[in-house]
Amino acid sequence: MIEALRKKAEELLRSNTVDVIYGYGEGSTPERTRPVFITKPEDVNKLIWNKYCVYNLTTYLKRQESRKLGKPAIVVKGCDAKTIVVLIKESQIKREDVYILGVTCNGVGEPLATKCKACDVNTPRIYDDLIGEKIENKEIPFDERYAELDEYEKLSEKEKWDFWQKQFAKCIKCYACSSICPLCFCDRCIVDKNQPQWIDPSAHPRGNLSWNVTRAYHLAGRCINCEECQRVCPADIPLNLLNKKLAKETEKNFNYRSGYNIDDELAMATYKEDDNQDFIK
Amino acid sequence: MAEETKFEPKIVAFLCNWCTYAGADLAGTGRNQYQANVRVIKLPCTGGIDPLFLIKAFERGADGILVSGCHPGDCHYNSGNYHARRRWNVFRPLLEFCGINPERIQFSWISAAEGGKWVETINGVVDTVRALGPFEGYQKINTIGPDASSESSQT
Repeated sequence: MIEALRKKAEELLRSNTVDVIYGYGEGSTPERTRPVFITKPEDVNKLIWNKYCVYNLTTYLKRQESRKLGKPAIVVKGCDAKTIVVLIKESQIKREDVYILGVTCNGVGEPLATKCKACDVNTPRIYDDLIGEKIENKEIPFDERYAELDEYEKLSEKEKWDFWQKQFAKCIKCYACSSICPLCFCDRCIVDKNQPQWIDPSAHPRGNLSWNVTRAYHLAGRCINCEECQRVCPADIPLNLLNKKLAKETEKNFNYRSGYNIDDELAMATYKEDDNQDFIK
Repeated sequence: MAEETKFEPKIVAFLCNWCTYAGADLAGTGRNQYQANVRVIKLPCTGGIDPLFLIKAFERGADGILVSGCHPGDCHYNSGNYHARRRWNVFRPLLEFCGINPERIQFSWISAAEGGKWVETINGVVDTVRALGPFEGYQKINTIGPDASSESSQT
């Protein structure tokens, strides 16, 4: 698989189809990988693929530093490929401006990442070239996909509040969650706006609640569950639970799953006349 | 008043200019009495209500919130309330997931002709929130440690 990947990368660079390959390279230890940006065909041997390739490289599609390198080919797993669908739908990139090197994947991380436990995109749903043996994507029932939330949803109101207050209290407002997120691409984030100060910038419980709720809410109907926010969080806040909760509500109410179908209208940019309104008096 | 211990909830109501605000106005012109716990904030449309407004209201000491606009199909801007409804459909469960009682944030459609419904709704919200008591959880996180915001709520 690595050979096929390197061969394809070399071909793309030699034919000038793309200017740069965003891929995974060896990290400081065998259990780590790091992003590599290959611009010369002779460097393609730096590309690797293994079960430690947990990162979502599509985050570099939003960065000026990597965009400067020219048209990219990007190595994506099935989950990461969903991001590209959202970015296209949200007019952040054009389909023809990115070459998608989809890799088939049986799960990453050691131990297996949470996101892989109910994976239904072992083979990416969008790609220009597929690297690796095609895997039949499973159909996973709704309840099973969101099973991780069950134990938190059944807590009492006070238990929920205490749980999240304890989690948010750890937040140091480093904003790693939004820096890593491939879909957090505003040039000026709401936390940077101080006339008025919408979100208290200090690592104080008040601002921590509004920041974490707002960050999650801004991904409602958009998050593709790559779990990068949770992985990079230095305070180990289970941020993905909030994202997952929103994904669940979006699917339940609007029958929409982010990144699955390029023809679907974005859930939060549209409406239906018969949307649920049980809670409205 | 300083001796007063009875809890009176602070309710912030975000109303759309075209329907609910006019409905509330009608209640006033009709001399209908309702509980005076509500602070009304008028906005052009429910579609322009960022959920952050609601969080901000809690930060500034609200015990309950009412968000109200035009009935579906009646929006002055055609679709503002439909978009708003989508947002509330996901925002409300998110707050609930974080341990905020959904009864503290209520939603309604009240038209310019429904002064009576406004009175009924606002009385309902005030009674519900009064029964829930002060939003102690949020007020506690507002005041822990040095107060970072010079504009914090003063009553």
